[in-house]
Amino acid sequence: MSTAIKETQKLIEEVLEAYPEKTRKERARHLAANDPTGECGSLCQVKSNVKSRPGVMTIRGCAYAGSKGVVWGPVKDVVHISHGPVGCGQYSWWSRRNYYNGITGIDSFVTMHITSDFQEKDIVFGGDKKLEQLCREIKELFPLTKGISIQCECPVGLIGDDIESVARKMTKELGIPVIPVRCEGFRGVSQSLGHHIANDSIRDHVIGKGEMEKSTPYDVNLIGDYNIGGDAWASRKILEEMGLRVITQWTGDATLNELKIASKAKLNLIHCYRSMNYICRHMEEVYGIPWVEYNFFGPTKIYESIRKIASYFDDYIKEKAEKVIEKYKPMMDRVIEEYRPRLEGKTVMLYVGGLRPRHVIGAYEDLGMEVIATGYEFGHNDDYKRTYPELKEGALIYDDATPYELEEFTKRMKPDLVGSGIKEKYAYHKMGVPFRQMHSWDYSGPYHGFDGFPVFARDMDMTVNNPTWNLIRRRKIW
Amino acid sequence: MEFDKKEEDMVRLKIKDHNELFHEQEYLEQFERKKEFEKPYSEDDIKKVLEWTKTEEYKEKNFARKALTINPAKACQPLGAVLCASGFQDTLPFVHGSQGCVAYFRSHLSRHFKEPVAAVSTSMTEDAAVYGGLSNMIEGLENAYALYKPKMIAVSTTCMAEVIGDDLNAFIKKAKAQGAIPSELPTPFAHTPSFVGSHIIGYDNMLKGILSYLTAGAKKRPNGKINIIPGFDTYTGNIREIKRLLNLMNVRYTVLADISDVMDSPNTGEYRLYPGGTPLDEAVDSINAIATVAIQRYSTVKTGEFIKEVWGQEFIALPMPIGISNTDRFLETISKITGRVIPQEIEDERGRAVDAMIDSHPYVHGKRFALVGDPDLLLGLISFLMEMGGMPVHIVCTNGDKNFEGEAYTLLSKSPFGREGKVYIGKDMWHLRSLLFTEPVDFLIGNSHAKFLWRDTGTPLIRIGFPLFDRHHLHRYPIVGYQGAINLVNWIVNTILDELDRKTINTTSFDVIR
Repeated sequence: MSTAIKETQKLIEEVLEAYPEKTRKERARHLAANDPTGECGSLCQVKSNVKSRPGVMTIRGCAYAGSKGVVWGPVKDVVHISHGPVGCGQYSWWSRRNYYNGITGIDSFVTMHITSDFQEKDIVFGGDKKLEQLCREIKELFPLTKGISIQCECPVGLIGDDIESVARKMTKELGIPVIPVRCEGFRGVSQSLGHHIANDSIRDHVIGKGEMEKSTPYDVNLIGDYNIGGDAWASRKILEEMGLRVITQWTGDATLNELKIASKAKLNLIHCYRSMNYICRHMEEVYGIPWVEYNFFGPTKIYESIRKIASYFDDYIKEKAEKVIEKYKPMMDRVIEEYRPRLEGKTVMLYVGGLRPRHVIGAYEDLGMEVIATGYEFGHNDDYKRTYPELKEGALIYDDATPYELEEFTKRMKPDLVGSGIKEKYAYHKMGVPFRQMHSWDYSGPYHGFDGFPVFARDMDMTVNNPTWNLIRRRKIW
Repeated sequence: MEFDKKEEDMVRLKIKDHNELFHEQEYLEQFERKKEFEKPYSEDDIKKVLEWTKTEEYKEKNFARKALTINPAKACQPLGAVLCASGFQDTLPFVHGSQGCVAYFRSHLSRHFKEPVAAVSTSMTEDAAVYGGLSNMIEGLENAYALYKPKMIAVSTTCMAEVIGDDLNAFIKKAKAQGAIPSELPTPFAHTPSFVGSHIIGYDNMLKGILSYLTAGAKKRPNGKINIIPGFDTYTGNIREIKRLLNLMNVRYTVLADISDVMDSPNTGEYRLYPGGTPLDEAVDSINAIATVAIQRYSTVKTGEFIKEVWGQEFIALPMPIGISNTDRFLETISKITGRVIPQEIEDERGRAVDAMIDSHPYVHGKRFALVGDPDLLLGLISFLMEMGGMPVHIVCTNGDKNFEGEAYTLLSKSPFGREGKVYIGKDMWHLRSLLFTEPVDFLIGNSHAKFLWRDTGTPLIRIGFPLFDRHHLHRYPIVGYQGAINLVNWIVNTILDELDRKTINTTSFDVIR
């Protein structure tokens, strides 16, 4: 075992000392020193996708967040009901920055909070009747909605409501699909099960139900891009310039029709593997559509991905792919030339979800920065397997990390930049550690594609090198 | 990114983010191409429906809905409980139920205050739904105590725990009996079902829970202090302002649930889990105060009953001291209870606030306002607007009850400027959208979510309330007291003047002196 690995293991032991024994043992399995070769075996691999310990400040969310917040929420021409009490919809209202074109409240509904606002009587007598009435009122007040999805909150599953039967009845009565989604927040261990449940509901109620007038050999689906700050648009631009015909976006700026016709594609391109591999596997099994993972963060990975995607097509696409790279390379080089000198050698700690803990590593490396620690809120084994080779030996990997662990690791590893979420952001500000939100791009973006990388580079530079950090008068130096 | 083959563009990088990027021709063309797969309704259809939503007919349908809630201005009970609990020193808000809820409370409060927010969950999942959450509670308390070393753990619930009927009192007792946490650790609790009331009720329940737990058996001789309960107030500046006024009056006081240092802590290069809050010994001693003054009524109902009935202490619930007369009343009440005089310094502040209101009155007089927010905030703002000759017209209170409705109408009836005021309890911001189309007003007061109303109806928005996500630092400024009145005049009149400039641009009325 190398020194780098040993040192990191020692660090992990130190940080774990604060826990009660049972929790310490459990948490130890979620922390590891990276071994890109895999020779170190299970000792260098983390356990994942298991329950968070009660009372430990997990950063994770719930199945509802995974379904309404991530997968279904961005589908713009469908009204999504937050079915249950008022809070869940309130806290997830307009907060994920899934950009879309359309007129909100008329033909698009993404940034609205639509809820059955459960009262005590709904808990006692059940909410099915209310739900029926609610669907009718939606159809009346929002006549252009293409469908309705019922996003279940905790009580719905606990009181035994039969939303499936309401959905069937209303689909018939209203003439638009009413889709039940059993994403009650207590299901599973994180938002991850919500992604899966949402994928399954699309599989059962939507996919394969649409017709497309014309097909081409170059029809692809852009999957697992939620168009945060316009990411999917920046990615689509590259794919279209390569000569591909993007027939659907899943689910950033998506429409119900796109989800329906996805079964007509020739290839599925998947960015966020974690949240949408399910539907890709389904389309592979049922429609024989192959799928390929790609990474549009940072030029190195973008060039690699463009070539990988092109390899599934003929020379026409392959040639166009090379032309696209040729066109954008000077710009990317110029961005690197501008920012790399100010960021070279800086270290980064990440703690995010979905695809980012591994996908953004290359973009940081393009800027001369090194990711020294990373981890997933709700990753599974297959995510970590894809991550180990991307990091140096001895890099720290944490699964379902707690703010306590993150703070302690930060104090010991002294990164120059931390990338995580809103709940972590201000603790880092207090610690005087430059921080960027890497879920919402800190209200910036896009970060995907050739149009995204310059924004990414600019943002990392502005935060790492902003003079305000130097104004802090520290009470304690660490 | 701006790029063509020109040398100077290569040298001077011009980076465009989403604010500019997607207006570029190539993106507009991309959006057009995408429509082939979107199968949208025709532009005509969309325009027709858009125009229809502005009509009286749509308003009637909108107001006739019984089951559907659209863009409500309220959150759920445990959010209020978490905010309340965080206002006590070294106290960990601990929520029994699903973990996603706590992730949401922490995000929501962080987005408003731009501060770290600590709270834990017992992470209940399917098995807890079947067998109950006792083991989650026990392990949760043990872990939370070991890791976060709180001096108090304040327990509230999510709807999951409420639906399955977990008994907090019994569970916590059991956890202590098993030695998961020391038996002497204060563990107040409150059942806070999210399907009853709203965040303001959760605040009330938690505060009552904390006070009843801490003060049990603590009755001694009166300590000569007064207690101040701010209520569900998300302006840290308000609490600081109240404390400043009380200090000027030489009043000895305890703020019960003092979030000011918790949700607005200094940057010292160190993250502190518990950066402030009401000291626990003072909270224990609050039972011995001469009186408790709540400056919100609708978020302190149960706490007030408890203080009167169990403590046998005088409890006075005042309107929020927003505007001149409400502030007068607050200070006079404090003076009366404590026997302290209101010093000249405060009297001078009053004079300055009144002076500011007189100076700005020509731009506010007769202006018609729509307001949306929590009951206590609305009552304060109605009073303040009418003091300046502004006219509250649409008053939407999603979490308002019959009492609020009655009180608001009584208040409106006291001034000729209240004659057009109509109060809508239990209604949401989609109702307000209809009202703003069918009976337009000049200005809108509401939280950040209300910006969609500005976009849809063109009614300029003055951001007052909670949450404030899209403007920075507003919550650091008080809206209570005479200083708060000056801040309100500032925000309101300068929004009006900004709007006037926008309207008169390129006309001779584009004046430099206003």
